Amino acid sequence: MIQYAGLSEINGPLVCLQGVKDVAYDEIGEITLSDGTKRLGRVVEMQGDKVVLQVFEGTNGISLNNTRISFTGKPLEIPLSPEMLGRTFNGAGKAIDGLGDVFAEKYGDINGRALNPVARSYPRNYIHTGISSIDSLMTLIRGQKLPIFSGSGLSHNKLAVQIVRQAKIAYAEGKDFAVVFAAMGVQNDVAEYFRRSFEETGAIQRVCMFLNLSNDPIIERILTPRCALTVAEYLAYEKNMHILVIMTDMTSYCEALREFSSSKGEIPGRKGYPGYLYSDLASMYERAGVVEGSTGSVTQIPILTMPNDDITHPIPDLTAYITEGQIVFDRNLDQTGIYPGLSVLLSLSRLMKDGIGEEYTRADHADVTNQLFACYARVQDARALASVIGEDELSPSDKAIMKFGQMFEKYFLNQGFDENRTMDETLDLAWELLSLLPESELDRVSEQLIKEHYDPAKAEKFV
Amino acid sequence: MNKIYAINGPVVKVKDTKDFSMREMVLVGEKKLIGEVIGVTSDITTIQVYEGTAGLMPGDPVEATGSPMCATLGPGIISNIYDGIQRPLKVMTDISGVYVTEGSSIPALDEEREFDVTITVKVGDAVSGGTIYAECPETAIITHRCMVPPAVSGTVTYIAENGKHKVNDVICKIENADGTEIELTMVQKWPIRTARPVNRRIPISKPLVTGQRVIDTIAPLAKGGTAAVPGGFGTGKTMTQHQIAKWCDADIIVYIGCGERGNEMTQVLEEFSELIDPKSGRPLTDRTVLIANTSNMPVAAREASIYTGITLAEYYRDMGYHIAIMADSTSRWAEALREISGRLEEMPAEEGFPAYLPSRLSEFYERAGYVETMNKNEGSVTIIGAVSPQGSDFSEPVTQNTKRFVRCFLALDKSLAYARHYPAINWTQSYSEYYDDLADYYTENVGKDFCSLRQEISSLLIEENNLMEIVKLIGADVLPDDQKLVIEIARVIRVGFLQQNAFHKDDTFVPLEKQRLMMKAILMLYHKAGDAISAGKPISEIMSYGLFDKLIKMKYDIPNDELSKFDEYFSHINQCFA
Repeated sequence: MIQYAGLSEINGPLVCLQGVKDVAYDEIGEITLSDGTKRLGRVVEMQGDKVVLQVFEGTNGISLNNTRISFTGKPLEIPLSPEMLGRTFNGAGKAIDGLGDVFAEKYGDINGRALNPVARSYPRNYIHTGISSIDSLMTLIRGQKLPIFSGSGLSHNKLAVQIVRQAKIAYAEGKDFAVVFAAMGVQNDVAEYFRRSFEETGAIQRVCMFLNLSNDPIIERILTPRCALTVAEYLAYEKNMHILVIMTDMTSYCEALREFSSSKGEIPGRKGYPGYLYSDLASMYERAGVVEGSTGSVTQIPILTMPNDDITHPIPDLTAYITEGQIVFDRNLDQTGIYPGLSVLLSLSRLMKDGIGEEYTRADHADVTNQLFACYARVQDARALASVIGEDELSPSDKAIMKFGQMFEKYFLNQGFDENRTMDETLDLAWELLSLLPESELDRVSEQLIKEHYDPAKAEKFV
Repeated sequence: MNKIYAINGPVVKVKDTKDFSMREMVLVGEKKLIGEVIGVTSDITTIQVYEGTAGLMPGDPVEATGSPMCATLGPGIISNIYDGIQRPLKVMTDISGVYVTEGSSIPALDEEREFDVTITVKVGDAVSGGTIYAECPETAIITHRCMVPPAVSGTVTYIAENGKHKVNDVICKIENADGTEIELTMVQKWPIRTARPVNRRIPISKPLVTGQRVIDTIAPLAKGGTAAVPGGFGTGKTMTQHQIAKWCDADIIVYIGCGERGNEMTQVLEEFSELIDPKSGRPLTDRTVLIANTSNMPVAAREASIYTGITLAEYYRDMGYHIAIMADSTSRWAEALREISGRLEEMPAEEGFPAYLPSRLSEFYERAGYVETMNKNEGSVTIIGAVSPQGSDFSEPVTQNTKRFVRCFLALDKSLAYARHYPAINWTQSYSEYYDDLADYYTENVGKDFCSLRQEISSLLIEENNLMEIVKLIGADVLPDDQKLVIEIARVIRVGFLQQNAFHKDDTFVPLEKQRLMMKAILMLYHKAGDAISAGKPISEIMSYGLFDKLIKMKYDIPNDELSKFDEYFSHINQCFA
């Protein structure tokens, strides 16, 4: 095998070498330093016999003449095997739990390939999370990508752990259900928190973790979600499992991409992020789905912290344009001690309408959800009015709405970290809360449903 | 043989050659990936590749084809689903499984399928560009008309027999003025970046009826017109596009999923094959072509998908059909331009977009129009482009530049979407410049009062908007009764008229006549109640009649085919105020 000695240029994570022959775009090169340590790099640009490599482990300690580089002839691949569940890997897919390398059943290109839209099946049926607000108002559908938009200091990590612990699919108690967890740029103690929580609850057996900590190289961070998704696709489409992929924190990922892009000297788009940020994010998010000819599915929950709680920032903005809805944290609710403090009106699950109802959850699900949304939207109007004219001056119907809002937040949104509600419990609770309102206010549900479920007596416990 | 010199993402460069012309289609590498020449200097030729470039090497061959990027036009396009460079995705799954593959040279049309062809010319006939020389049923509702390519003319020297033919069979031969014989099959090629010629443009005079009340009354679309649907995420752009695609009265729909979600395309595929078009009684797929270049498919092909789509549309327009194009979303197309421009290290203008963004947008939208075709038929292409503004901010470059080139603007509003008011089209920000052009049509075909009713409805909404400023500060209780009435009637208009339920069997599509009667009923109530208030009746008493809530529900209570029921409503209103 040809080895190329020395480099012509080093710039951030990029190294440049000349006189190279027979190397393909996107191929992986192995860099051996003079002290024997090895690093991997990927070809990102080629011009004549000049090749630019991006070094995953960073360029610290690399000089122009202490390297020997050989090319592998392949894009970056990771070993795949069902044994990967229960294991922990670093951001580039190397086992770091001391249990040795994975015995590969096959190797997979981490960049994946674009799914042919014709080969997709439309996602139907849901994943039960046991969290009322999510299950009822923003139902997670198998094959969906539904991000959580949070902010620094909010309880998104706690929520992620609770989802991993409680998530199950309706018909099988977790037998063919597993979680792939990718941490990008998270602090050491947060990663530890995830690992400990999974271990304590026994969920670790069905979790495959990829950890890239905040002090790990940024190039590895760019690989982390791709490694995780490659494993997820393998388990879902080849082993017919339902896989939930949790990726946190996408903001760190995008920062890493920006850093990498600027060191390549690319022309920046909005806020310095590369112009291809949308396509890059899409190349990962679009790997969620259900494919014809397989009974498995890949569902994604990417978690991101909105810089300065700004939902119009490019990262949440582009994410929400690709994903099928979003779950948004509300700092005010969180601060008033409501957990999970999710903003009902900003959150949305685009696919839920086809995965709920009689066949999957319950016949009244869609209508009751609509009614909750409509009533809670009115709560906001009433509150705005009350802040101007004072609560006492409100009309009786506005007062009832205010009361409903308060109780809805206190009992429905607010839910313990250990509380796992069934779908029936959640929907019944919704009806009890709606029963706080006069019947005439319920304009999105049919009279038939009102007859079946509306019962002011049940609402008395809230008064 | 020309060889690759440099590779950067989808951009490939070839050194020291004069073999390539601008916008020529080329085949790159051993796998023959499809590419297009986008820059030529004496030194370097720049090529954008429509497929993934992983695995290419400097030194790999680059082959010229001598022709620009072309669409393949012929029977078999309708009901098909293509990627951005017209490769049939269904056939691709049969060949290569669930993933999109590279370089596969799959023909765009099914070459084995037989069509029942009727020749419409005779030997000795003089034909010219646009002349229809054969017809065949393409789907149950679309008759395909094979036309002489625009630049060809001459005398017919041979015709095949009527009957079963495959698309590549020679079915007609022409001798042109030079005495050269030209063989015509059922297929022709046309460069996607060039507009197909027409005889002349005809002024716009017919609406594109969508059955969506807020569109048809507040901001109507026109056949041959252009419209933009901008909106932040979650406001229902795609939903609006789907509704228009399902129900509008165009003959053919070209739906371009440009850089959007894969699951959405699957949804369109499934829904459109299940939904039955009420006019023809056939599945909607019988009149739909899908172009799916989802966000994870190669970015250069995303740029091309818009042009592929409009070329297919123009081809069917030339047969005399009315086509509506849904482009979802033009922002993703603009981003593809930006991405490629960045790779070429061009000087960026606003927000990193290239300076030629406005001219590309205008070139695209100008390909819409109501025309007399070369064969003297009338046809039209209507473009409805979704725009996804960054940060939901309408002042960003794509929205602003689009606004300059479209005449109908359907602004989707986040706050309406959060309040679950769908379609979340903001009635104060939206406008249609076609309104005046269409007034005659509405007066003649729907009702003499349609325009005045519509005008009054919009004025009431504006008045409510102004009153709400006051209400937000001091509450509704302090308003005098006549202003309270405006607030109440505007609620009826918003909830009962503008809100429309896409999942309700009657409400999903509402004929113009029902729209007119609904407006008439609402305004009748408003006038009667106004008179009663002037006569001293308190509004609380008028509210107690229950008429307001009854009118809010009339969209569900009156089926589309029982419009005579409106008479009961009118007499009920009259009785209450008698």
